[in-house]
Amino acid sequence: MSEKILDIQEERLSFFTPAGEVKALNGVSFAMNQGDVLGIVGESGSGKSVTAYSVMGLTAYPGKLVGGKVWFNGHEIENMKEKDFRKIRGNEVSIIFQDPMTSLNPVYTIGNQIVEVIRLHTNKNKAESWARAKELLELVGINEPEKRLKQYPHELSGGMRQRVMIAIALACEPKLLIADEPTTALDVTIQAQILELMQDLRKKLGMSIIMITHDLGVVASMCEKIAVMYAGHIVEYGTTDEIFYQPGHEYTKGLINSIPKLNTAEHERLVPIEGTPVDLLNPPAGCPFAPRCKNCMKICLSKMPPRTELSDTHYTYCWLQQKAEFEKGEKAE
Amino acid sequence: MTKYIIKRVAMGIFSIFIVATVTFFVMNLVPGGPFVAEKSISAAAQQALAEKYGLDKPLSVQYVNYMKSLLHGDLGLSLRQRGRTVNQIIASKLPVSCRLAGVAVLVALCVGIPLGCISAYNRGKWLDNLIIVFATCGIAIPSFISSVLLLYQFGMNLKILPTVGLNSAASYIMPVTALAIYPSAYITRLMRSSLLDVMGQDYMRTARAKGVSQFMILFKHALRNAILPVITYVGPMLASLMTGSFVVEKIFSVPGLGRDFVSAITNRDYTMIMGTTILLSSMVIIANVIVDILYKIIDPRIKLQ
Amino acid sequence: MENIKKNPLSMQLNAEDFLPASNEEKQSLVVMRESVNFWKDGLRRLRKNKIAMVSFVFIIAIAIFAYLLPAVWPYSYSEQMKGSNNLAPFEYSASEQARIDAGEKVFPHILGTDRMGRDFAVRIMMGTRVSLSVGLIASVLVLIIGATYGAISAFAGGWVDNIMMRITDILYTIPDILLIILLGMALKDPLDKLSTQPGFKWMQTLGPNMISIFIIFALLYWVGMARIVRSQILILKESEYVTAARALGASSGRIIKKHLLTNCIGTLIVTTTLQIPASIFTESYLSFIGLGVAAPLPSLGSLATDAVKGMNTYPHLLIAPALMISVMILVFNLFGDGLRDAFDPKLKN
Repeated sequence: MSEKILDIQEERLSFFTPAGEVKALNGVSFAMNQGDVLGIVGESGSGKSVTAYSVMGLTAYPGKLVGGKVWFNGHEIENMKEKDFRKIRGNEVSIIFQDPMTSLNPVYTIGNQIVEVIRLHTNKNKAESWARAKELLELVGINEPEKRLKQYPHELSGGMRQRVMIAIALACEPKLLIADEPTTALDVTIQAQILELMQDLRKKLGMSIIMITHDLGVVASMCEKIAVMYAGHIVEYGTTDEIFYQPGHEYTKGLINSIPKLNTAEHERLVPIEGTPVDLLNPPAGCPFAPRCKNCMKICLSKMPPRTELSDTHYTYCWLQQKAEFEKGEKAE
Repeated sequence: MTKYIIKRVAMGIFSIFIVATVTFFVMNLVPGGPFVAEKSISAAAQQALAEKYGLDKPLSVQYVNYMKSLLHGDLGLSLRQRGRTVNQIIASKLPVSCRLAGVAVLVALCVGIPLGCISAYNRGKWLDNLIIVFATCGIAIPSFISSVLLLYQFGMNLKILPTVGLNSAASYIMPVTALAIYPSAYITRLMRSSLLDVMGQDYMRTARAKGVSQFMILFKHALRNAILPVITYVGPMLASLMTGSFVVEKIFSVPGLGRDFVSAITNRDYTMIMGTTILLSSMVIIANVIVDILYKIIDPRIKLQ
Repeated sequence: MENIKKNPLSMQLNAEDFLPASNEEKQSLVVMRESVNFWKDGLRRLRKNKIAMVSFVFIIAIAIFAYLLPAVWPYSYSEQMKGSNNLAPFEYSASEQARIDAGEKVFPHILGTDRMGRDFAVRIMMGTRVSLSVGLIASVLVLIIGATYGAISAFAGGWVDNIMMRITDILYTIPDILLIILLGMALKDPLDKLSTQPGFKWMQTLGPNMISIFIIFALLYWVGMARIVRSQILILKESEYVTAARALGASSGRIIKKHLLTNCIGTLIVTTTLQIPASIFTESYLSFIGLGVAAPLPSLGSLATDAVKGMNTYPHLLIAPALMISVMILVFNLFGDGLRDAFDPKLKN
């Protein structure tokens, strides 16, 4: 039984903007064990990045944690101050961002930027740090590492820059790596290479990964567990097989149905999910997906559904599942 | 890179040439031409001028002669100050103006850059708002206004600061302040918006995610990117200091080139006016060339082209 | 019912709750934010900006002060009243005092009088009118010339664009004040002669310096505007929604009108507004060094110059015009900033 590394309970996070309080996270709960690869999927605005950033204290202004507990690797994140976060960032938990083109500082060399994170968290001196930086570049598959260390970001291609980002993220051997849409900005062939690299490194270093993406294909190949988010809630959580083959929530079903399949007949229409995303300034009282749900019931509009355990590893929040339980219960009485 | 430098310098030289040409032809709109005056000048001077510029020859020949003298750095005889050449006058007065302007530049940079940083860093808080108010008012106070107001308040009313000349350290205070108010305010605003821009960039988020301290984030990651627009401003700043100095030197009786220039205008000393115009324009143009080249050197994105 | 984790605050469930919800019930929860068009949205943002609104009020007040008030003011700007020289604010001259004693109502000199016995308040108003008018006209000149130049350059493209831009680069580095001074001096006599010709009498009121200011504005100041307009049009030319509009069959004219113009106008308005304080500055500066409008037409700059000599004894003659210049520059800058925040699509928060 591997040990727990991340435990989030009923996390609530809002952005206090001039227009009002944008409720980005409304009671998110999940846990991860050492070595897990968790995928968080959802549309833009579902709260997937916000959740991950909150673990590192990277929530952008004017966001604030307003409730819940976030436990990571022995730290109570909800109580941490900025100087405590600085100790764990890049060290126990690292992140790679979506756009490698803009994520590196254009006026400093690659080497400078890798060495920076090494010297921040370890006791290595300058020479040792540069040696380690070279090692890291080799680890992520960049050829001619000495030459690259002296180059500037604009001299590297997108794929190489993302590898550099990975090198920076792994420099201090973190327990948890957060990957925020790491391949969205890259083209498909590079995408495959980067994902393969991440798999490889995970096996070598034994770290856990949170993979944030809206691409179900990526999630299917990389992740063992999946959390589906919508409007700041986790609507379903389960193993990859369970999510893809036995989806329990209407939203998940919609997502899976919308994937174009190879065996779709000619002229058969693609199946989108109808409707528009929720306004997070005024989230509805009931299930957030209700207005877009084909099987919406009266209770869905007024009350938030409780958790239904579909198996040991699979749960969802849906009144339809509850209805089944309810009917079972009534028959029993 | 060298290609860029050559191109840029060539453009600068061409600009100076255009200024000299325009100056010459505009001054010839004055009836009688710029090399004689309405009132008589000494016979000896007139003779010298006639020889040098061929005053009886057609305009195009006069133009060529003038340009030739320019190339030798000879700006001609002053029409009003007997026996002195324009070069002599400039040589004696220019250093004073440069000292005044130099101090003003230093003050503007040393005030504007830190204030802009503080303002951006404390964005939204009272300190930021205070600085913004000062900076916004500052750019509404041109140097000719600040100089008279300062002269009145501190020189005459309260009588605590010297008002004439640049003889003591204290006598620098008012003229420099008058000159530096506008550029300081401008640089503050520029630095602030540039820094806010940079702070919103993705690579700043990466730096935070690595665990870099707030101090280093500001000084190492942000500043070097944010200072670039400020460097670009140095060129126009020198031009604005130059125009400001005309008035400031007059008001505070500073024996600099600006004051002489204004007198030359009043006295219709055309050779002096032309010479000073060309010189000052050239200085501004050269400064712009240097700044442009410096900018390209500092920003590594442009290095390899 | 053990499997249902009940929310302790929820009510008992019954079979009715599980009936399907109708479309109406679903729609009631869908709150669509109303889509506003660009102008309404911008104006709304502008109205919310308190500083910009206050500045706007000031601008209107200044305009009234400069253009309307002199018409109802009992004194004229060139009227020299004997014996009323250098009166302090609200002071009356001997002859005026006599008239008051005789029962006549004499309008007070709110800002006193100047050396020549002219009511100073109305001279400030006229000075403001001159400075403001020059500022506005010059900005419109800059807008027309600059926008046309920039648009032509951007649409032409190729080597035409290249040459046009080289020209602007060179013009940009030439210090304008110097040329204005030169031109003012040099044009004085020729313009004086011209102004005596029929049809050119108006030149006498303005003076040769004013004319040269406008000439230089027309020759040099438009460079910044041209660059901005050109870069806007270039960006828009290549932008995706123009391609999309074309793909939908829109004609070139329609594209220009609807897309390019709407996007450009925001920037144009902002840049023009911000050009006004710069023009006001240039005009007052030149007037201050003696190269502004001809007497007796006052300019705030020339009023300030005249007042410097006597600043010890009559400080109000200096402070009033100086303050007025600064206030005008300030409020136009603030309003221009407000416009930019409201209408610039690249919202910088």
